Amino acid sequence: MIHPVPPGTRDVLPEEMRELRELTLRMHAVFDRGGYGEVWTPALEYEEVLRRGDEDAAGAGFKVLDDRGQVLALRSDATIPIARLVANRYAGVAEPLRLCYFAHAYRAVERGSGQAREFLQGGVELIGIGGAQGDAEVIAVVVDALSEAGLRRHRVGLGDGMLYRTLLATVDVPEADWLPLLESLWRRDLVGLAGQVDRLGVGAAARELLVTLPTLRGGPDILDRVDGSLSVAVENLRECHELLTERGVADHVIFDLGLLRELGYYTGTIFEVYDPAVAFALGGGGRYDELLGRFGDPRPACGAGLDVQRVHVAQLEEERLGNGDGQ
Amino acid sequence: MRRAGLVIAIPRGALFGQTLDLLDRLEVPTQEIRSNERRLVFEEAGVLTVRPSDVPTYVEHGAADLGITGKDVLLEQSEREVYELLDLGYGHCRMIVASRGDSDPLGAPLRRRGAVRVATKYPRIAADHFAATGRQAEIVEVKGSVELAPITGLADAIVDLTATGRTLAENGLVEREPIVESTARLIANPVAHKLKAAEIDRVVARIRELS
Repeated sequence: MIHPVPPGTRDVLPEEMRELRELTLRMHAVFDRGGYGEVWTPALEYEEVLRRGDEDAAGAGFKVLDDRGQVLALRSDATIPIARLVANRYAGVAEPLRLCYFAHAYRAVERGSGQAREFLQGGVELIGIGGAQGDAEVIAVVVDALSEAGLRRHRVGLGDGMLYRTLLATVDVPEADWLPLLESLWRRDLVGLAGQVDRLGVGAAARELLVTLPTLRGGPDILDRVDGSLSVAVENLRECHELLTERGVADHVIFDLGLLRELGYYTGTIFEVYDPAVAFALGGGGRYDELLGRFGDPRPACGAGLDVQRVHVAQLEEERLGNGDGQ
Repeated sequence: MRRAGLVIAIPRGALFGQTLDLLDRLEVPTQEIRSNERRLVFEEAGVLTVRPSDVPTYVEHGAADLGITGKDVLLEQSEREVYELLDLGYGHCRMIVASRGDSDPLGAPLRRRGAVRVATKYPRIAADHFAATGRQAEIVEVKGSVELAPITGLADAIVDLTATGRTLAENGLVEREPIVESTARLIANPVAHKLKAAEIDRVVARIRELS
């Protein structure tokens, strides 16, 4: 007789577990060398706490009532719980905090999509260092952790979650008209976006910018294609590029001016991590300068999370390719 | 596509002919594809031929970098994480509500039962349309020959695609409401869109030049 497990969850047997353990140890070694101390937070949080961080509770899909009628939610990401932890346990600490974690997160998925409801995330949070300095450090740690894990061809797609909004403001699109355009971008529907831009009735130059900006991705030269008042908006990305070059990881970075991420707490730089062996992003992150202030002392912060099982898939493929003759 | 370093999934079905014509103009060899009805993978050309409704699946999971399918398929599978890059302009058809010509099919059931029963191959588009227009609908999903549903009493109305309206007329059905227009679209896997940006942009630019 077979006793089922909930769809989207699974058991891990020793052979795979040995590899996953080895992988997380390697990633952790890089985090540790960077000064990132490992923390645990509860898998269950008060739903109210998650909502304080993100009005959608970061998409938490599983909720239970406890014995006192309080709503508890299984965490759907690690960043909001860590923001809560920092507010509670490090109030008044002025120097930068470097924290890392390996933790399961939970989300509701579309029935029959085969996506995981429970997934293991490993990541870092850098609190107290603002701007490109902080962004570049986090990106470099992610790139190094993946290299240490045996990946060779991984790339970080780097963008700015506020860039399209800045563009909309720059070309005087009334704020009431923003939502449908941003929704098209979230859906990755560039055909729909072009249609909506046409309906705005803006000038030809503005139209061109609104339609092409989200398709600009590639080397640092694409930053030069953004000029005028928008140039200021990509200044931070330019600075990131310089710092990443100094850290020797700029080759792993793709600039992506159309990048958007779903979570509501990002305030600027955002990124996603890719490997050609996996058709989905391995993870991502970004800057969330307002999140800490929702729980306690306002502090700038930036973080990244990686889906350990997807990293494992990329690692296996790298192994199959014979490790080293990648790009 | 192979020469461009890409794999494209194309739909066997109503869009097949015009899609092959487009590939010809992109200088992708299609002779093999045209002469082999059963073969599905054409590695030398970088082409997979799949069911139209499977194109987003192949592209989302990275089995193909690019894909061509109808907007109707993309709307029905709106959870798929793929880039929609171009409206290719061909394969024009409309998603509509239709019912028997001899009655007032939506009014009567709505007044007397509070809901209209709708048969369709597109349950999500149908449900969204009735929800967006504030009416209760019971959606009955069928896999083919939707026109049969109102004739046999399975449903009051259908939601289906029509290009010329001929099949509707032949079955005594009348178009009642337009829902959305559909054409063929070029889609891309999100990771390929980043990691093969130059290759994909070249294909997009070439198609723009051709149209």
